[in-house]
Amino acid sequence: MGFYVAQLLTGLANASSLFLIACGLSIIFGVTRIVNFAHGSFYMVGAYLAYTIVTTLDGGIFGFWFGVVVAAVIVGLLGLLVEVTILRRIYHAPELFQLVATFGVVLIIQDAALAIWGAEDLLGPRAPGLDRAVRIMGEPIPEYDLALILIGPLVLAGIWLVFHRTRWGVLVRAATQDREMVGALGVNQAWLFSAAFVLGAALAGLGGALQIPREAVSLQMDLSVIGDAFVVVVIGGMGSVAGAFVAAVLISVLNAFAILIFPQISIVLPFIVMAIVLIVRPYGLFGKEGSEHGAPSEPEQPLRLLSSRATIVVMALVFALAASPAVVSDFTTILLVDVMVATLFAVSLHFMMGLGGMVSFGHAAYFGVGAYAAAMAVKFAGLPMIPAMLIGPLGAAAAALFFGWFCVRLSGVYLAMLTLAAAQILWGVTFQWQDFTGGDDGILGVWPAKWASSDRVYFYIAFVLCVGGIWFLRRVAHSPFGYGLRGIRDSDVRAEAIGMDVKFHQWMGFALAGGFAGLAGVVFAFSKGSVFPDVLGIGQSVDGLIMVLLGGIHALAGPIFGAGVFVLIEDWVSRLDYWRFIFGAIILVVVLLAPDGVAGGVDRLLRAVGLRREERA
Amino acid sequence: MLEVKDLTARYGRAQILNGVSLKVGENEVVALLGRNGAGKTTTMKCIMGLVDQKTGEITYDGQSLMRKAPHMICRAGIGYVPEERRIFPDLTVLENLEVGRRPRREGAPEWQLEHLFELFPNLAERQGNLGKQLSGGEQQMLTIARTLMGNPKVVLLDEPSEGIAPVIVEQMARVIKELKAEGLSVLLSEQNLHFARAVSDRACIIEKGTLRYEGGFDDLDAHPEISQKYLAV
Amino acid sequence: MNVLEVRGLTKSFGGLVAVEDVSFDLAAGEFLALIGPNGAGKTTCFNMVNGYLRPDRGSVELEGRELIGIKPRRIVRMGVGRTFQITRTFLSMTVLENVQMALISHHRRMYDIFSRATRLYRDEAMALLELVSMQEQAGRACSELAYGDLKRLELAIALAPDPALLLMDEPTAGMAPSERVALMELTAQIVAERGVSVLFTEHDMDVVFAHAHRILVLNRGALIAEGTGDEIRENALVQEVYLGGGTVFAAAEARDA
Repeated sequence: MGFYVAQLLTGLANASSLFLIACGLSIIFGVTRIVNFAHGSFYMVGAYLAYTIVTTLDGGIFGFWFGVVVAAVIVGLLGLLVEVTILRRIYHAPELFQLVATFGVVLIIQDAALAIWGAEDLLGPRAPGLDRAVRIMGEPIPEYDLALILIGPLVLAGIWLVFHRTRWGVLVRAATQDREMVGALGVNQAWLFSAAFVLGAALAGLGGALQIPREAVSLQMDLSVIGDAFVVVVIGGMGSVAGAFVAAVLISVLNAFAILIFPQISIVLPFIVMAIVLIVRPYGLFGKEGSEHGAPSEPEQPLRLLSSRATIVVMALVFALAASPAVVSDFTTILLVDVMVATLFAVSLHFMMGLGGMVSFGHAAYFGVGAYAAAMAVKFAGLPMIPAMLIGPLGAAAAALFFGWFCVRLSGVYLAMLTLAAAQILWGVTFQWQDFTGGDDGILGVWPAKWASSDRVYFYIAFVLCVGGIWFLRRVAHSPFGYGLRGIRDSDVRAEAIGMDVKFHQWMGFALAGGFAGLAGVVFAFSKGSVFPDVLGIGQSVDGLIMVLLGGIHALAGPIFGAGVFVLIEDWVSRLDYWRFIFGAIILVVVLLAPDGVAGGVDRLLRAVGLRREERA
Repeated sequence: MLEVKDLTARYGRAQILNGVSLKVGENEVVALLGRNGAGKTTTMKCIMGLVDQKTGEITYDGQSLMRKAPHMICRAGIGYVPEERRIFPDLTVLENLEVGRRPRREGAPEWQLEHLFELFPNLAERQGNLGKQLSGGEQQMLTIARTLMGNPKVVLLDEPSEGIAPVIVEQMARVIKELKAEGLSVLLSEQNLHFARAVSDRACIIEKGTLRYEGGFDDLDAHPEISQKYLAV
Repeated sequence: MNVLEVRGLTKSFGGLVAVEDVSFDLAAGEFLALIGPNGAGKTTCFNMVNGYLRPDRGSVELEGRELIGIKPRRIVRMGVGRTFQITRTFLSMTVLENVQMALISHHRRMYDIFSRATRLYRDEAMALLELVSMQEQAGRACSELAYGDLKRLELAIALAPDPALLLMDEPTAGMAPSERVALMELTAQIVAERGVSVLFTEHDMDVVFAHAHRILVLNRGALIAEGTGDEIRENALVQEVYLGGGTVFAAAEARDA
């Protein structure tokens, strides 16, 4: 019995820090409608700052808590800096922009932290005065855990009082419902947004600072916590502080007991809980459908076919690509394969996101399943390359059918979060199922058949599969099925009113996009000769999002430009020190300066020189 | 007191206003008439600073509003009641009113809660209810009351009669007359000529983003071809 | 013959009765208006007929076939077209493509991934656009249309599957008076030519009295009156709960004068 109580208390202590991060994220989302990827970075910086301040002061009980509070305050100021310099400019941009911009901040903070605190993990001091354990029902419970269990509800109560008993709190709640109207009633929105952002960031910083007696401070803290924080916010309902608390307790306590039965479950458990909650309550436990008066998006222009001149230009480029191995170096040939893989991946993501309006934060899942399915077919079933290449996309499509069935029941940010959850589940399974997937060591020796082993021959295989895949997806975009997807995106109510089966149509679109992402994964696996769990990770998914964004989401050609530009920049930047910092800065520059992406600019150019038809004949 | 001169506005590629000019004087109720899509709402949103792409001049008490943010315009003394009843659904009636509260200003009547509840007796009974629990008519009343909490000198009322049962529309007419009696100025956008005539001193008619008529209702009645052409009554 | 027969329709939300025991018939070719104050249950009634809400009790029969429990998209296929209070169209498509989409869906070609969508059913779509005098605008992006044109486009879309019944939720909301009259005249004319029956809700009494063959009045979820325009106008109860003194709508004023 005592053992289970101890487990429960550990779960509750974990819940407190998870709640602090998640409620900050929820407050920021509620007011500004920004899904802040950088929230994990605030958490990490809070921990680093607290470490530095507490160890420098070395001032006993007072020094410890002073350090914790000061760290939280400084992180709040860091949040202010981020809000004023970056986010303030993109409040009216589509959510994809905001997400990618905050990911740019993640990269920059990662390298900044590396430069300041170094790559070594830092072991924090214990909390003075709370460094022992008390016995509860015979089990030793760290005193500090008990303190944390108190802090969570105290912060919750404080936030509740502020939101319901102060004018500022009423304004914040009003702003979560209709921002524009709050402005028109005389409230300075810029100030309100900044204040909410500072509060949210400071809470994340506090959460991080309170962790230092419990875990080592490391550069991996940011992305490892952000997934769980997203999950908690979504389960609780975006924008609901009380919901975040309930969800944090739910997840942490379930986890504390689940690991007794199945130790590996902790990586995927939050995501499984989230999937279940979202299917039963599509807006989370305490959430509501978002207000319509958010960021208005300008309607997209109708699809136009390329003019005959533009078709000639495109054909010429494709032929140039086909002929390139004869001219360029082997190194460039390999790089071009990378470009083609990235392009097919980006086009499949755009198919789902741009045409289908289903923003996916976890498209890498299907890329990765494709790669792993092919690799496992070669490794375990001993299949030759060609059948393995068939199995990959089919496996990816099957996975997309499975997860897509759940995802299409939701929309908007919630759908995006569920796709992330799906990807994390698959990643967790891959990571832990050592016998089949090799876990962290991956699967090696996935080489093409002998006849295809030269770089040049493999280039042509990749060329046929990727260019063929891209051509096919574009073809579908112009078909009734593709138009149907766009129709649902424009107005699902209208789609249903003309007799369409909205969910089924989206489900099929999801599966098709997943299958082609899988095809890209297959080509990738054979070109590298190995696969690792990263191919399903958040990083790979965000890469896809950045490619689509770089290209501009409103143009069919967008992902093609975006992927090309992305791979070339990445190839160049990744050779430099602090490449994350540079890459993050590039992302921010693109988001802030070229909001319709590279292809948006190219599209304007095409119209200007008459290569694009204005009206259909 | 509120003056709009040669106002043009666009949303993206679509030009909505092509040079609208109008004036609202001290303690005057001016009806802004026009068909749907004529630019009435856009005119109001421009005055309120909710449209970015605009040219021309908007002045209030001699100071320009063109580059001001919505909250500054509100603080200058202009209250905005949008169409489609944009109350805060998850705030109580009292909290909705609190969001609108601003300190009283020189020369404007001050609206205390008691006074507002006299004007809108339904709201008094439902103080603790959430905005979303109110009926359509009560929500419309709440938007007006919320704006009055800011103690404005000019109220922009955007199509208050649209989509509301005729009995409530009559109540709305009484409220507008009360606002005038309190010394406020009102710019009222309307499609319903009969309702506008019942409450307004003067009429402006816009069509396709351009001002077509400005004057009294008597002149308008004397030249039925004007309202026929631009309002097509 | 009745196209639609509604019997004992009842629906409550969390203890609050929104619609109580509503019954009515709609004859072939009839133009039937459903009016009443905000919150009287008009929209709830509508959504039970088109399948978006499932009633607690009652039945809705379309040409003898029960509609209760059938998904909205199947009801569309059974011959019920609808237009929305706030227009719902595919804004990223052209006017013609919007109508083509309705036809593609009607002909069950939605899962075709090889044809070019814009080449399917062009002529049929053009004919529908001509019916609502929108043929000139066929190639324009839907997002550029004026509001009145959007309403006409919606009518063309609703007519694409050749429905027996048209449900119009506040068809003239947000339109100028002249446009209102024009749209309803156009609708009346199409209805007469094609033999479609129409059930519509409306707040504009001029439109209702000018076009409805018969009027149903709902108040607090219950049907309180039913009859022709004159009968409804003279009905004391309807005047009290809905029409008021009649000073704010033109038709009454004209009649009084």
